[in-house]
Amino acid sequence: MCLAVPALVEELDGAFARVDFGGVHRRIGTALVPGVQPGDYVLVHAGMAIETIDLEEAQRTLALIREVFGDAVPEDPPPPDASHE
Amino acid sequence: MTAERVKLDAGGGGQEQRRLIETFRARLSNPALDPLEDSAVLDCAIGAGESLVFTTDSYVVSPWRFPGGDVGSLAVCGTVNDLAVMGAVPQWLSLALIIEEGFSREDLDTVLDSVARRAEEAGVQVVTGDTKVVERGKADCVFATTAGVGIRPAGRDLGAHRIAPGQALIVSGPLGDHAIAVMCSREGMQFDVDVESDCAPLNGLVEAMLSAEGPQAVFAMRDLTRGGLAAVLNEYALSAQADMVVHEERLPIRPAVRAAARVLGFEPAVLANEGKLLAAVDAHCAESIVAAMRAHHYGRDAVVIGEVGGRFDPEHPDPRRPRRPLVLFRTPSGGMRVVDMPLGTLLPRIC
Amino acid sequence: MLCPRIRPRRTPPMSETEILSQFADPTLVASLLRELKPLVKRPLRLMEVCGTHTMALFETGLRPVLGRLGIELVSGPGCPVCVTAQEDLDHALHLAAAPGVIFCTFGDMMRVPGTRCSLSEMRAGGADVRVVYSPLDAVELARQVGERQVVFLAVGFETTAPAVAYALAEAKAQALANFLVYPCNKTIPAPLSLLAAEPGLDGFLCPGHVSVVIGARAYRPIAENWHKPCAIAGFEPVDILRAVIALARQVAEGRAEVHNAYSRVVREEGNPHALALINEVFEPQAALWRGLGEIPLSGLALRGEYRRFDARLRFPGFVPLPLSPRLASCRCGEVLAGRIRPDECECFGAACTPEDPLGACMVSQEGACRAFYRFRGWEAQ
Repeated sequence: MCLAVPALVEELDGAFARVDFGGVHRRIGTALVPGVQPGDYVLVHAGMAIETIDLEEAQRTLALIREVFGDAVPEDPPPPDASHE
Repeated sequence: MTAERVKLDAGGGGQEQRRLIETFRARLSNPALDPLEDSAVLDCAIGAGESLVFTTDSYVVSPWRFPGGDVGSLAVCGTVNDLAVMGAVPQWLSLALIIEEGFSREDLDTVLDSVARRAEEAGVQVVTGDTKVVERGKADCVFATTAGVGIRPAGRDLGAHRIAPGQALIVSGPLGDHAIAVMCSREGMQFDVDVESDCAPLNGLVEAMLSAEGPQAVFAMRDLTRGGLAAVLNEYALSAQADMVVHEERLPIRPAVRAAARVLGFEPAVLANEGKLLAAVDAHCAESIVAAMRAHHYGRDAVVIGEVGGRFDPEHPDPRRPRRPLVLFRTPSGGMRVVDMPLGTLLPRIC
Repeated sequence: MLCPRIRPRRTPPMSETEILSQFADPTLVASLLRELKPLVKRPLRLMEVCGTHTMALFETGLRPVLGRLGIELVSGPGCPVCVTAQEDLDHALHLAAAPGVIFCTFGDMMRVPGTRCSLSEMRAGGADVRVVYSPLDAVELARQVGERQVVFLAVGFETTAPAVAYALAEAKAQALANFLVYPCNKTIPAPLSLLAAEPGLDGFLCPGHVSVVIGARAYRPIAENWHKPCAIAGFEPVDILRAVIALARQVAEGRAEVHNAYSRVVREEGNPHALALINEVFEPQAALWRGLGEIPLSGLALRGEYRRFDARLRFPGFVPLPLSPRLASCRCGEVLAGRIRPDECECFGAACTPEDPLGACMVSQEGACRAFYRFRGWEAQ
């Protein structure tokens, strides 16, 4: 019931904005996201932006997932003798 | 109860259209028509081993002009491609136009210039034609019908009857460009997209494919038009009574097409193309055939997308699966999904 | 002193599109599936209440994968096409047939069979029925066509209601006399409460985009009063799996909370501007849900000065049609409530197929029956 797609805000035009879905552009309504600025990412549904996307939160979420699985590798192979001066 | 009427869906290249076509076959059945391939191979004595191949198509695209082409370019390329995928060398076309009263002469010239340009590129001649003018409102600017004749050299036999398990499935390039270019240039859609129709004559590409490892290495080819890859795969699954397995992440799709399809709620595999083909080839020859395609202008992004799977045996059906051959997409997430024959016209959705 | 140490692999800073595309990353999906497996102590029955989730579970191929882990995903009444009552659909067709009307609708509704025919068939019969991507396009059309009446069929849940509200606010501001709406929008919390009382459901995968508007707090009564775990899910494979993991954990630990697994767009309080706009234009009313009957405070009716935009006032005279015997055998309602599986309906695959559907669940791409038809209980290897 909710096909909503992320889009990059390119320029503002009153109560509207031109957004880029990734090579596809459209004019959409911004009344639900006042204060949105070019460069922001928004979620678009039926011709309206319904929310801004918090990319920092997205990155935090991704980091959390990676942490659980150790998207982790040994940085340097351990030296043959663990102690040195 | 409303009397049955022809719905717009019946022109969409999917199930509804197949049903409409069946009513033709029921009344007109004959050996040349019945296989319902892209062109008919005629039983006609010409050179030794050669066959006469004949096809027709109508072009009613709206708007008549769109990024990358117009109804004129479609009219030539569509018919040339229907001949080419049967292994025929396209030679002669007829061109019939139904023009709406009031259509500008300048626009008509544009259409005819496109016809001329594409005919020259494809190496075919328009040898006969017709024009009619109908009252305003009785046609959408201009409708075109082309019929095409080609000659298939000896030693070529392409068609669904040759498809068998284990064969490799190849697509000649990015999917969905035409559908998105046309849809987004329609009044009222208001999407601005950097995509052009892929309208192109593919006979040169087909010759390259048939030369790579010889014509016997290529079993079947289809022009991917309305209904897209999904329609053709489903037709093949039905004809060959075998599963068609596709690895979804291998499907070539331009990012803008993917984005547009997402926004409107379409699946890229059902989108129309006008310059792409699907081929079933000998798996051992797939790599060199793809290499030959990539060396050609219209096959630069050719790729193996999957394979013909197991035959469906109605005598011994596997109880764990549906009782019919399936088109299966293996998803990037490691799952599988069934891709059915698209129903009809594409409708944008909000859900 | 140097010690061997493990540090997270340094990933280069990602562009925004790269960040968002990570939510479909197959390696992350594989990792999450590994995390999920041991959390499923017994077969789980989770309801997803969003047609877009039904679609996403198919498109990603996750449905059979989760099935093999012991998780059955039941499709609930989250497809606005499916839950539109027969009577409302027939009323829409009545409006579309009104002389001179330009009837605008989302594509989703075109093929749903009413008692006599569908909108698509009406168009074939000569009615001016047009598909629009946005209600704002219908308002723009009304501005352009002068006297002809433009009627917009407003279906959808709270994700769509703000766009409809905005379109009406625009029409009012522009003093348009020819823009009308048939208000069929519904709201999710009320039926969810009804379903939460059903035994046999272990938790809810809550609709991510509805939640963007209504906020995570809307689901607290479900968790607190009915002790049913809730997880708000987005629509990418990673989003869906994180929500399923949260639900599996809650069940295993005997908890019932609201977990927000779509935090990049869902806030606790939702979108206050969207909620304010909905409140300005609409008021809650009882609504008729296919299969679930009438549910109080589950629909959105036009309020106050916006009542004059109701298409039914301009085109009265609709008489509900008697339920046709053919359609009477449709059991969509039971499917929508999760009481029967699609293949437990006698009509499934026989009298009711995607080409010749009896009910909305088979028409809509995300309808439970249509979705089930593609798999028919098949477990792909």
